[in-house]
Amino acid sequence: MTDTSSDTILKVENLAVHFPIGRGLLGGLRRFVHAVDGVDLELKRGECLGLVGESGCGKSTLALSILGLQAPTRGRVVIDGHEVGTAGRDRKTRARITQMVFQDPYSSLNPRQTVRKTLETPLRLHGMTAKSEIDGRIGDMLARVGLRPEAAERYPHEFSGGQRQRIGIARALILEPKIVVLDEPVSALDVSIRAQIINLLLELKETLDLSYIMISHDLGVVEHMSDRVAVMYLGRIVESGPWNTIFTQPGHPYTRALIAAIPDPFKRSSGTKITGEIPNPLSPPTGCGFHPRCPEARDICRTPPAPALENRGGEHHVRCRRVDEIAIPDGLATAIG
Amino acid sequence: MKIGANLLIGGLLFAAVVIAGTLAPWLAHTDPVMDADLLYAEEPPGAAFWFGTDAQGRDIYSRVLYGARISLTVGIISQLINTVIGVCLGVSAGYWGGWWDDFVSGLTNMMLAIPSLVFALAIMAILNPGLSSLLIALGLTNWSFTCRLARASTLSLKSQGYVQAAKVLGYSDVRIMLTQLLPNMLGPIIVIGTLGMGGAVLAEAALSFLGLGIRPPFPSWGSMLSDARDQITTAPWISIFPGVAIFVTVLGLNLLGDGLRDILDPQSRSRRA
Amino acid sequence: MTGQALLEVEDLRIDLSVNGRRYPAVQDVSFSIRRGETFGLVGESGCGKSITALALIGLLRNPLSIGGGSIRFDGQELRDLSPDGIRKLRGSRISMIFQEPMTALNPLSPVGRQIAEMFALHKGANWREAERQAVEALARVRVPAPERRVKDYPHQLSGGMRQRVMIAMALACGPDLLLADEPTTALDVTVQAEILDLIRELSAAQGTAVLMISHDLGLIANMCQNVGVMYAGRLVEQRAADNIFLAPRHPYTQGLLAALPLLGARSKFGRKKLKEIEGVVPPVVAFPTGCRFNPRCHAATDLCRAEDPVVTSLPDSGLVRCHYHD
Repeated sequence: MTDTSSDTILKVENLAVHFPIGRGLLGGLRRFVHAVDGVDLELKRGECLGLVGESGCGKSTLALSILGLQAPTRGRVVIDGHEVGTAGRDRKTRARITQMVFQDPYSSLNPRQTVRKTLETPLRLHGMTAKSEIDGRIGDMLARVGLRPEAAERYPHEFSGGQRQRIGIARALILEPKIVVLDEPVSALDVSIRAQIINLLLELKETLDLSYIMISHDLGVVEHMSDRVAVMYLGRIVESGPWNTIFTQPGHPYTRALIAAIPDPFKRSSGTKITGEIPNPLSPPTGCGFHPRCPEARDICRTPPAPALENRGGEHHVRCRRVDEIAIPDGLATAIG
Repeated sequence: MKIGANLLIGGLLFAAVVIAGTLAPWLAHTDPVMDADLLYAEEPPGAAFWFGTDAQGRDIYSRVLYGARISLTVGIISQLINTVIGVCLGVSAGYWGGWWDDFVSGLTNMMLAIPSLVFALAIMAILNPGLSSLLIALGLTNWSFTCRLARASTLSLKSQGYVQAAKVLGYSDVRIMLTQLLPNMLGPIIVIGTLGMGGAVLAEAALSFLGLGIRPPFPSWGSMLSDARDQITTAPWISIFPGVAIFVTVLGLNLLGDGLRDILDPQSRSRRA
Repeated sequence: MTGQALLEVEDLRIDLSVNGRRYPAVQDVSFSIRRGETFGLVGESGCGKSITALALIGLLRNPLSIGGGSIRFDGQELRDLSPDGIRKLRGSRISMIFQEPMTALNPLSPVGRQIAEMFALHKGANWREAERQAVEALARVRVPAPERRVKDYPHQLSGGMRQRVMIAMALACGPDLLLADEPTTALDVTVQAEILDLIRELSAAQGTAVLMISHDLGLIANMCQNVGVMYAGRLVEQRAADNIFLAPRHPYTQGLLAALPLLGARSKFGRKKLKEIEGVVPPVVAFPTGCRFNPRCHAATDLCRAEDPVVTSLPDSGLVRCHYHD
């Protein structure tokens, strides 16, 4: 766990974020929601890591911790070999390493600031003073995200959703960060605009040597963009691995269910589907957290402790006790297509 | 954009009061304090004295003009103090939360529970009557609405993406409050401030009327009303004109506030659409 | 699955009034739905698909109004009906479910009561009977422990459960036509799959016709027999679902399909750069002349810029609105 090979840019070690629920009145028991519950994660240089899972699975909280906006209860975040402290303290240092692109291009831009102001303030804040240098950087960044130089003088409401998202991307990249967290970067955009933004993000990743952590519920987008994928359920990673392993030979029943749930335009029958909803994280199920919804659950799945994340060869990890018994060799690949 | 009738009428009334106050030395016929002449006491309105004279024979027209200066000074400065206090407390409480929020919210609720005029009365009773005490008394007692509004706006704005983005970009908390939060809540704050100014003009009049504000012989509308109490049946003009001045000023500010709300507050705008 | 068309929409036009001028937000929209059929309307935001649904049940509000065309439901012209007449149809024979069920449910009333009201109102059931039927209705949409859930208030339910309650309400009186406007967009994928299954089963079991509205092409193709693609207020292509996906004819449909990273595509064909559609969807007040897609179309010619294309029939009995349909 301690070795940091040079091609690893970000390492999350045993990270947990617990939120207190209510206040313990008169010594009453204070309860905690385990939003993120012991996550280990590695992001390689130049890679796009897809983070998938349903709402409430903890993927957003995990991203906020990586960005330093949410202090972890335990565990640590190591960026480029250096452990970064808890939230707030070194906000400026982090800003030059990790950045974020937001889901909603409407609420993510300050309506009272011109594009120039939005891009210029961070530069000044981080010590750039020469006007020519600032103008040069802003012009360069606007060109990279496909906006005209005149765009700088305009206000957000003058732009369409897709253009706003380009501005959001420019803002995330203006400090030349190494890691960018993409939080559902295209799901709020019109279908015909999504391709533009997806192509742009992939292109920028290559030209600027970026690493992405992408949160998305759109598995089509995740498959298209990711190099590796991690699937989260109830605050834990239940499966992670290279994208093609995850999408063609998923090991965990939950991953299979997620893939089967996507409506297939070419097939009207429905595959194995799971029922029910994510359990209340205040009282998670014993044993494997997924067993109440799992079509493959047996008695062994209900007994504590929770199963461990086990290596299945290569970089493929699965958190399931019955993974060997339920494996479908090469089966699902054809089932999907 | 269509300018509402409220905004237009309110703006004109308020502008008239501002002009009257600023140009008082040129518009007034006599000195408001020194030119007392008992020979002309309690003259009814006429060609020489447009608004008549009071019991000391001072020209009421001139005194009302000069009174505008006091009312405007008190209204604007005390409300400015209120706004600054309210915004600072409200934004910081909403942004930081925790014990500071509990403390500020408690304080705000306390201020709301006590009528602000009673609070101001208590402060004035401790301080010496006069303009500066009045500014302090009125400036410290009427920030609770601004504070609540600023706190509520902050709570709704701080989850917006651009505030999060500013954090990720390394902005300090104070910078986020000043550049990301404040500009986006300025509209409603200005509206509350304008309405509050009307309240402050009224409060000044009330305090001066009770003898706790501007002391005679200085021409505050409130103290003029107070002086006129005994002659209200014999020489009603002495009380009518300062009363009308208060009415016009407060009405103007309220209409202005409503008009500003119509154009600044997107919610009320969309309700109209 | 053949039979009499239950709903026939012909040349529907919806006007948007801006400063006294009327702009066609929806124009020349014609389609029909048979009993038991699921028809899909797919398009981007602002293409007019949602207001088309609202127009069907008389829920258009200022500044939108029906500007022309006809809407025949079971042989009856809905535009001739009084507002009261339409209201009687709504909820009993035609019902609608929305993207965000929270806005359509009364937050101050237990959900069971709200469903029971539908039975009492439209079926004239007495209250005790209506409450019993409410429990059954919840059971039908597979809400666990329905006899307890009826007492819950909307905010106590998850998004998926709320959408089930909405569907239970919508189906309470056994409607002939269900309008579903992005019914699963706000839900997680596994919950979406369940809700879609539910709609499919109920439609099959009761012969309910469904108008499914979504921006998600995969979902529409998966759910529907026939699909209409809308762009800038017009139906540009109308085909059987299978055909539209295998061989789209309109450049807009082709563009949308090529622009989507479909699940499984990269595993099979490798990562290809997504084909972009240039430009943005035009606003209603600035629809271009000629073909409305021409400024974004890669194959646009002078003809496209000058003349509005007419609807052409394809050999597979599909319809397409393009000058260069072959």
